[in-house]
Amino acid sequence: MAAIEVNGKSYEVDEEGYLVNLAEWNEDVGKLLAEGEKIEMTPSHWEVVNFLRDYYNEFQIAPAVRVLTKAIGKKLGPEKGNSQYLYELFPYGPAKQACKIAGLPKPTGCI
Amino acid sequence: MAAAPITAPPLKPYPVIPILEVGAMAGTKSFPANAQIQEALGFPGELVEDWHDKAIDKLGELLGKYRSLKVYLDACVHCGACTDKCHYFLGTGDPKNMPVARQDLLRKVYRRHFTWSGKWFPKLVGAEDLTKEVLDDWYSYFHQCSECRRCSVFCPYGIDTAEITMAAREVMDTIGLGTKYTNEIIGKVHKVGNNLGLPPAALQDTLSSIEEDLKEETGQDIRLPVNEKGAEVLLVTPSADFFAEPHVYSLMGYAKVFHAAGISWTLSTHASEAANFGMFIGNYGQMQKIATRVRESILDLGARRLVVGECGHAWRAAYSFWNTLIGPFDFLDPNYPVPQHICELTYDLIQRGAIAFDKSANDKYVVTFHDSCNVARASRMGNLPGGQFEIPRAIIRAVANKFVEMYPDSIREKTFCCGGGGGILTDDLMDVRVKGALPRMEALQAVVDSDGVNFMAMICAICKAQFTKVVPYYKFNMSMVGGVHQLVGNAIRLGPK
Repeated sequence: MAAIEVNGKSYEVDEEGYLVNLAEWNEDVGKLLAEGEKIEMTPSHWEVVNFLRDYYNEFQIAPAVRVLTKAIGKKLGPEKGNSQYLYELFPYGPAKQACKIAGLPKPTGCI
Repeated sequence: MAAAPITAPPLKPYPVIPILEVGAMAGTKSFPANAQIQEALGFPGELVEDWHDKAIDKLGELLGKYRSLKVYLDACVHCGACTDKCHYFLGTGDPKNMPVARQDLLRKVYRRHFTWSGKWFPKLVGAEDLTKEVLDDWYSYFHQCSECRRCSVFCPYGIDTAEITMAAREVMDTIGLGTKYTNEIIGKVHKVGNNLGLPPAALQDTLSSIEEDLKEETGQDIRLPVNEKGAEVLLVTPSADFFAEPHVYSLMGYAKVFHAAGISWTLSTHASEAANFGMFIGNYGQMQKIATRVRESILDLGARRLVVGECGHAWRAAYSFWNTLIGPFDFLDPNYPVPQHICELTYDLIQRGAIAFDKSANDKYVVTFHDSCNVARASRMGNLPGGQFEIPRAIIRAVANKFVEMYPDSIREKTFCCGGGGGILTDDLMDVRVKGALPRMEALQAVVDSDGVNFMAMICAICKAQFTKVVPYYKFNMSMVGGVHQLVGNAIRLGPK
């Protein structure tokens, strides 16, 4: 299986570049995963990523897009509480791309 | 990740048979399932050593079990009527994506081992051994078929090509070759209850959040009940309806319909998924195991009616297979179809005047309707032939003022697949998905140009997910994609705020 290397430590990732062991995640790993997605992380990006991680810790799954947009709207202002804003941050889709950067498994199914 | 470059072919004013590109898609392969995923479904973890003999044995077993498969493998006369009917062929130009050629990957092996002439004079009858190269072709090209059955509509012998794809996938799983996408998802259904892996607490949290949103939008207490014993209706819907956009707008539409009509209903955490990917891999045992959750849930909750949400292949599974897989349903209310499609339910309420609409709420839209393959060609709705075409359209006409059809050879029983059905809705096949969407995109472009269409309605979670991802490759906006009950939800009258 493939791996990425951050600060001399190696982290296992799956075929699609998702971190295998989410407990290993840290911000530097997140930054490198973001680079692979050609995303420059801003404080707004980190808001999303941190919310995803908190939600995952509580529910063992990433939040539904609607739950995420509502939470982001509360934190960053109502004009940002929509999926269009999230797509601006994560052009390939907040569910999949932001999850990858947050070290969460990829959501599967008809989405 | 060594992703193939994803390219969209140019749109043309009408479909043209592409110039052949031999082997163009041979290297495009879905990620194989790892040992853990495979073994959880009872399949070997990797390609078994005696894979050749095991594969031939399995094919023999399927031929013995399914008379239809033998007929389909025998009957083809290579007339060519199907060649240019497949969206994947039209989009890729790879000759092995012609339905007849794809089937022949299996048929030539069938002839070699199961026909007299193929055993003795293989070269004369196009019979071939199952070599590693042939197996590689199986893995590539039987995962570039969405089992949509458009080619079957044009086949003079009525060969159900999807059944051949399903058989090939079943043989491959038996020797340890499955795809990560389908088989990981089936594992999640068994473990967690749905394709997404959405655990009960997360589902409940999501539904409460949507209830809040509905309250804010309408001022009314529109509920999304879950696990409520004694509700009249159990709704089984794709888990994408809880999770993704635009799917969730249809879920909100269903909730508004139940609310406005005063029908008590519930979702179930145990059967929190309508999809049945067991069908995609041609495995009857998996199909039955997945479907069994629905029977268990309805018995447990004591509902009297069983309704299915907007999901194409789930409606095929429900309409055509549930009765034999998990029936009989003699304990349910005989006054309603069992199972009933959400569109049948809404249409019936419209007919009876039980719900009303403000059509102007959808005036910003010029709507067209994309028929989903499994609904169009493998099921029905209502009590008239063609109900599966008429009922969704009648609903759209009842809730929106502007409705336009795409050209006749691209709708109803001749509808083009979205390009992501049949278990290939995965990022590693994005190039196939984008190219396979070409014929639908051409039909859409025509009505965008002629009538200003800006909303393509549909009743399938896979179609919705596929189109939101691929339409940008064709310079359309993903907000054009949505559900029929999204339109219903926009226009339904809910009484005073």
